[in-house]
Amino acid sequence: MKALAARRHHRFTPVVLLLLALLVTGGLYAALAPTSASADTAATDDIAAGEKLFLANCATCHGVNAEGRDEVPSLIGVGSAAVNFQVGTGRMPMAMNGPQAEAKPAQFDAKQTSQLAAYVASLGPGPSTPTAEQVDPALGDPSMGAQIFRTNCAMCHNAVGAGGALSEGKFAPALTDTTPTHIYEAMLTGPQSMPVFNDATITPEEKRDVIAYLVEQREGSAGGLDLGGIGPVSEGLWIWIVGIGSLIGCAVWIGAKSS
Amino acid sequence: MSTTQAQGPLAGAADYLDQRTGIASVVKGFARKIFPDHWSFLLGEIALYSFVVLIISGVFLTMFFVPSMGLVEYTGPVSTMSGQLVSEAFNSTLRLSFEVRGGLLMRQIHHWAALLFMAAIVTHMMRVFFTGAFRKPRELNWMVGFILMILGLAAGFTGYSLPDDVLSGNGLRITDGVIKAIPVIGAYMSYFVFGGEFPGGDIIPRLFTIHILVVPALILALVGLHLLFVVVHKHTQYPGGGRTDKNVVGFPLFPIYVAKAGGFFFIVFGVIALMGATMAINNVWNYGPYDPSPVGAGAQPDWYMLFLEGSLRLMPGQAEFVIGGYTLSLNVLIPAVVIPGILFTFLAVYPFLESAVTKDKREHHVLDRPRNVPVRTGLGVGFLTAFIILALAGSNDLIATHFSLSINSITWVFRIGFFVAPVLAFWITKRICIGLQRKDRELVLHGHETGRIVRFADGEYIEVHKPINDQERWLRVSYDAHKPLEIEPREDSRGVRRKGFKQDARLQKLSRFFYEDRVEPVTPTELAAAHSHGEHDQIDAHAPAAQLAGGSGASVSDHDADSHGHQH
Repeated sequence: MKALAARRHHRFTPVVLLLLALLVTGGLYAALAPTSASADTAATDDIAAGEKLFLANCATCHGVNAEGRDEVPSLIGVGSAAVNFQVGTGRMPMAMNGPQAEAKPAQFDAKQTSQLAAYVASLGPGPSTPTAEQVDPALGDPSMGAQIFRTNCAMCHNAVGAGGALSEGKFAPALTDTTPTHIYEAMLTGPQSMPVFNDATITPEEKRDVIAYLVEQREGSAGGLDLGGIGPVSEGLWIWIVGIGSLIGCAVWIGAKSS
Repeated sequence: MSTTQAQGPLAGAADYLDQRTGIASVVKGFARKIFPDHWSFLLGEIALYSFVVLIISGVFLTMFFVPSMGLVEYTGPVSTMSGQLVSEAFNSTLRLSFEVRGGLLMRQIHHWAALLFMAAIVTHMMRVFFTGAFRKPRELNWMVGFILMILGLAAGFTGYSLPDDVLSGNGLRITDGVIKAIPVIGAYMSYFVFGGEFPGGDIIPRLFTIHILVVPALILALVGLHLLFVVVHKHTQYPGGGRTDKNVVGFPLFPIYVAKAGGFFFIVFGVIALMGATMAINNVWNYGPYDPSPVGAGAQPDWYMLFLEGSLRLMPGQAEFVIGGYTLSLNVLIPAVVIPGILFTFLAVYPFLESAVTKDKREHHVLDRPRNVPVRTGLGVGFLTAFIILALAGSNDLIATHFSLSINSITWVFRIGFFVAPVLAFWITKRICIGLQRKDRELVLHGHETGRIVRFADGEYIEVHKPINDQERWLRVSYDAHKPLEIEPREDSRGVRRKGFKQDARLQKLSRFFYEDRVEPVTPTELAAAHSHGEHDQIDAHAPAAQLAGGSGASVSDHDADSHGHQH
């Protein structure tokens, strides 16, 4: 250090320092910049792979340019959230025509789904897949979620998200097994009969509150078996089956003559 | 009643009581009272015991429930409710569920007991109806029971509304709509009931008073009357050997029925407690505090009110008319007032209707077998069919989701089914009853089929029948096949028109509907005639040598063999 200190007034010192500074800056740039450069290529690859998947599996109905036709929606501008929901829950590709596309085991794995999502997202700007933090139920307020759910969702999905009927065989599905990400995307994109709850209607924080409320329902009921969570009809069914059923059994037993 | 022979403290106490109240004769009378034995006589007891459970658990609940619609902020342990503005009624319901030890169990026991109470009443009513236990002298007791059922509905409805949650509030809103649909006075009545515009701030305290005071007091009083009538009339008994309208065959109250009934109370309480402990019911914290705007999917009343909900769901909405600026809501009035009115009136007046078309003034203590009164049984099944269709229509959304059906198609099926299915059910039931009666006649006349076919030397085949025993015969022949009424002619001998003929003719028409098709019981003459032909039946014992060929697999039908035999 003494040698360095002795030479700090050397006339080449500024030049050396400048070179060192350039080296550090360049080194830092070299260390950081290539990541974005490679992400770009990955995204481009995803889009290309997604387009192939799209043409093979989706274009029959949605058209080669995803422009849609009668009865089949255009996918330009629906964003990656819609694709992640529809394909991730197995609703798309549709198994058959029916009152509505039903959830089934997903046909594509997570990587293929994200490739498809990347392709559709590249067609036009739209809502994108939420981050893990945006859908973390632990960060939500279940009480606020309960209130939002009661006013906006329960009329179709039932008070605890057990599902409900819509017209002509359509239905609002049960939310008991839906992942937080898919719940978020459903609110954001309004699949099928569901209205869109955009970020102005229900803010991202409120969406997370709704997720917190729904996830809390999965812990079961304080009072015992929840009997499907569908209210008084199942309770009435059980009083006839278990209550009257077992008591008539006992009555027959008591009324039987001892021999 | 000797004062000197009293021994021990118990006898002493009993003697003390007897000298002051004369209770010994009452106890003696009751202890020796005979009751007939049958499991279906215990159905009413299920209702009685669930009522006892309701009172016990209900008293507990009143210790914690606050019947007020004042608003407070919820600060209890339910995280999905914390910080929300709720009524005191709702708040106290949550408090007694989550912060009072055993509170949730008590609440669930209370609710399950209420559902069981109504289910037991309905089952008991079915037993009484189908066995004709409402006939003279028990018509009034049927009325008492009918009023008890209506009071049970009232108790259930008022109690269901007390927690002041979204679901019960929806029910109250429907009630409000029904009240408002009453022409002219509807709106005033609604203001009167709710103390102003719905929901107001009065309805919960009002329902509370009705639920814990008025209705239970009435039920208690009428249950007393109901049981008193049973003692006065004596219990009915099923038909069988030695049982007549003048005796009661059974066991004494003490010790047999004291033990059986006492034990059954604990079984009923046990079943309700088990259900309360293991099956959640009416989780009001999921529905949230009442607010007139939200309605959840699957919003339904408890099962005994489902028929009303279904009736409303089936009614097309076009039946609303505006006449001179006033709305006539037939779309609500017909399903919520007229249809239940017709159904309940039928239930209430049926015993009087049947006695009018039967003109039977005798006392009946032996029950009917349902098959022996085909039209009554058919009407009962038709009524139940209508009730069940309405209840199913009230659950149409759940049927749609659980069976992947279109709710619109379900509604249309039920709309048509409500009119067609009861008629069909009536007709099918009546035919089944008549078929069973014919089978009974056949059995009495010819005995049991044994499946053994024998052939005589002259080539004739017959099936050997085993004669039925006296008990079996008694059961099948001891009933009345009522005939349609015969009325006096329109004009008397001098050609003067008789007053009241038209009414008689109407009654006769109804009577024909009831008793035109009937199967008469086998008379002793018929039985004797059948037996004189029945010498073949004894062939097994008398002439085994005549049996040349035989086997259960022979293809000659027994009917042919029989009629062949009769022609000899």
